[in-house]
Amino acid sequence: MATVAQPIERQNYLNANYGWKSWLLTTDHKRIALLYLISITFMFFVGGFFATMIRLELLTPAGDLMTSDTYNKMFSMHGIVMVFFFLVPSIPATLGNFLIPMMLGAKDLAFPRINLLSWYIYMVSAVLMIYVIITGGVDTGWTFYAPFSTTYSNTNVVLAGIAIFINGFSSILTGLNFIVTTHRMRAPGMTWNRMPLFVWSHYATSVIQVLGTPVIAITVLLVAIERIWHVGIFDPKVGGDPVLFQHLFWFYSHPAVYIMILPSMAVMSEVITCFSRKRIFGYQFVALASIAIAVLGFLVWAHHLFVAGISAYAALVFSLLSYFVAVPSAIKVFNWTATMYKGQISYATPMLYAFGFIGLFTMGGLTGLFLAALGIDVHVTDTYFVIAHFHFIMVGGAVMAYLSGIHFWWPKITGRMYPEAWGKIAAGLVFIGFNLTFLPQFILGYVGMPRRYHAYSGEFQVLNVLSTAGASILAVGYLLPLVYLLWSLRYGELAGNNPWNAVGLEWMTSSPPPTFNFEETPVVTWEAYQYDDVPQEVPVGR
Amino acid sequence: MWQNVPLWPERASSFANNVDALYVFLLVTTGFFALLVFVLVAVFAIKYRQKPGGVATQIEGSLALEATWTLIPFGIFMLMFVWGASVYLNEAQPPKNAMDIFVVGKQWMWKLQHPEGVREINQLHVPVGRDVRLTMISQDVIHSFYVPAFRIKQDVLPGRYTTIWFHAIKTGTYHLFCAEYCGTNHSGMIGSIVVMEPNEYAAWLSSGASEGGMAMDGQKLFSELGCSSCHRSDTQGRGPNLAGVYGKQVMLDTGSTVVADDNYIRDSIINPGSKVVSGFKPIMPTFSGLVSEDQLMALIAYVKSLSQPQQSAQQAAAGPGQVPAASNTGNEKVQ
Repeated sequence: MATVAQPIERQNYLNANYGWKSWLLTTDHKRIALLYLISITFMFFVGGFFATMIRLELLTPAGDLMTSDTYNKMFSMHGIVMVFFFLVPSIPATLGNFLIPMMLGAKDLAFPRINLLSWYIYMVSAVLMIYVIITGGVDTGWTFYAPFSTTYSNTNVVLAGIAIFINGFSSILTGLNFIVTTHRMRAPGMTWNRMPLFVWSHYATSVIQVLGTPVIAITVLLVAIERIWHVGIFDPKVGGDPVLFQHLFWFYSHPAVYIMILPSMAVMSEVITCFSRKRIFGYQFVALASIAIAVLGFLVWAHHLFVAGISAYAALVFSLLSYFVAVPSAIKVFNWTATMYKGQISYATPMLYAFGFIGLFTMGGLTGLFLAALGIDVHVTDTYFVIAHFHFIMVGGAVMAYLSGIHFWWPKITGRMYPEAWGKIAAGLVFIGFNLTFLPQFILGYVGMPRRYHAYSGEFQVLNVLSTAGASILAVGYLLPLVYLLWSLRYGELAGNNPWNAVGLEWMTSSPPPTFNFEETPVVTWEAYQYDDVPQEVPVGR
Repeated sequence: MWQNVPLWPERASSFANNVDALYVFLLVTTGFFALLVFVLVAVFAIKYRQKPGGVATQIEGSLALEATWTLIPFGIFMLMFVWGASVYLNEAQPPKNAMDIFVVGKQWMWKLQHPEGVREINQLHVPVGRDVRLTMISQDVIHSFYVPAFRIKQDVLPGRYTTIWFHAIKTGTYHLFCAEYCGTNHSGMIGSIVVMEPNEYAAWLSSGASEGGMAMDGQKLFSELGCSSCHRSDTQGRGPNLAGVYGKQVMLDTGSTVVADDNYIRDSIINPGSKVVSGFKPIMPTFSGLVSEDQLMALIAYVKSLSQPQQSAQQAAAGPGQVPAASNTGNEKVQ
């Protein structure tokens, strides 16, 4: 039908049918990925607005731009929106959703309707969260520590908790879908050892999502129960234990860090191999490192509690386990670096982001070693050192990788190229802005500036000004892609099926792909990353 | 501009040098590895940049290299773990003869009390060169007692005492921050630690010590609240005789034993039915809501004084000059 309307253009998933219904009732994983992309992009800029307000307030030591209550809401909602509504779904729900069936040679995910359901659940929770924001927000921090959240906060904690509770199901369903798809939907010949590392990493992510998310869901529900009916769970005044909350919260929220970073590692393995024209160095080690991170990630949660009143023995055990989990991350960084050795490296935008990722993720990981050291953690926990550390992982790592992946697969998703020069400028701005924002915060933290401070002592000002200056550069770096990617939808060069001369099944079909991905189901007889079989030059992006 | 940008907080406690030494070690080792990765990435990116007609050399991997970059970092991590743990363990256990300070955190202020009875708000005066142990509790939400110059931090919980200690090595005034987000005025829950020469401290203490000491406050409360009618000091009444109990093992009616420490005594006042001493009936009413955290601390100080030689409670109130010595000997005899 659509081909009649546009006889010149080949039929693809975008023009297969038209109208709101064809999008809102779609079961096509690629369309659902775009629905997610639009939703999380919106939430990213909502969270970014709160970050902007935080940085503006911290320009001066006095708390003069807004009241303390408003400031407390700003950082709370920045954290809640960015973690639950952007970072957790970011790469899996967009790129993962779009690419995993194609990388495996499948027509769709195992449960296309459940995939759509997960987006609707996400939207319900996001709308609820927006409602909470508009009607006054919450001031508990994204960590919801009891008994502040259960007894003392005067904001709408219950509704925010319900939003996060609902949001969790969308995450669980996506993870479930990926696990089943990976087991059951692989094309003939696509053995586990031939799967792209993108899929391995998402598989590990999905396992965490399915096992970990129910714990945060029940934890926020318990907060709501205590708040509404005063059942003594966390507040000692009614017989509860506030440290219990922290154990439950971090039992999910530490593995959640790996939910956010493993998909970035997934993107890296694809981008670095493509722009080095190399097979990945140590395929099995990189694949198993993902699994190791997923497993060990569940055993380190109490390193957030070193000064919270746990025993010295517990602290020793969790410090030791935290060092274990650092090993597989180190393995990955070394393997990516080795992959570049004797390659044919080109510097298109996705690769620039990948360079940035390796540097910033390495910094983020290495500063994690400081926090795992008990003697240091006592001093720097709950200071800006921690803020800097996790932003290096979450923004320097996860967001850089997300942008890398968006640029890398943009021609596949839309059929058009983004403007390369603008891409490079934005990548540069993001890298410079990021470092200027967060490097000073390591020093701030070691000097002793606590996190979540509305007003601060004068000696911290210079570093805070630097940080705010960096944040303004970072903001430009994030707004630019929004503009030029939208522009490219109409004006971008036609990309062709495989502009990067990349290997991987997703590049063997047309751009944008047809609704069922492949004209006929591919039969795989080769390993991933066979870059000796393709031209050694990347024709675009120089 | 840059002279106003400190890279370290002052090193004003005996822990500070240990923590900073570990910090420098971590900076050097992680700096080395960061530099290694950056340089390799940069060198590879330039040296192996795409050239017309160039062909990438495909390499499958190398078990030897994988083993190298698994085991060497692992070894270094273990060194970091052991060093970090040793610094921490050194801080974990307060010395037995430390002088006591009692801290109550509430939204949004610190209330601090010296055993001699002197109370302070958002400010703590301590002598240089002495071990000081803080016993802390919150009246409402979780707070965290953080002194960057001492490199110490400990969450202050509602419903349970936590302790922390330090040994100041340098006189001066240092930041006290609340490090655990506690609501509206969290960033205003700040204060200072004033470290003084011992003789100045003694003078400061005597100028403020007119209230009779915490143990005597506790003793007064003990009779006002009617505790003394059951917890008799001459004989076993309906409740256990509390003389000599503090810090000792106590047999419960369940057959298990607990140490009668600060937390146990507090629980026994707030929630008396939960851990009843063997041989007694659970007849004590709860005092939850009737006594404040400050009063609980005073009661505990009194119970503690019952385990010290008879005169020490009076001595504690007598004069700041002898105070440290008196509480020292008392403690040593108990333990």
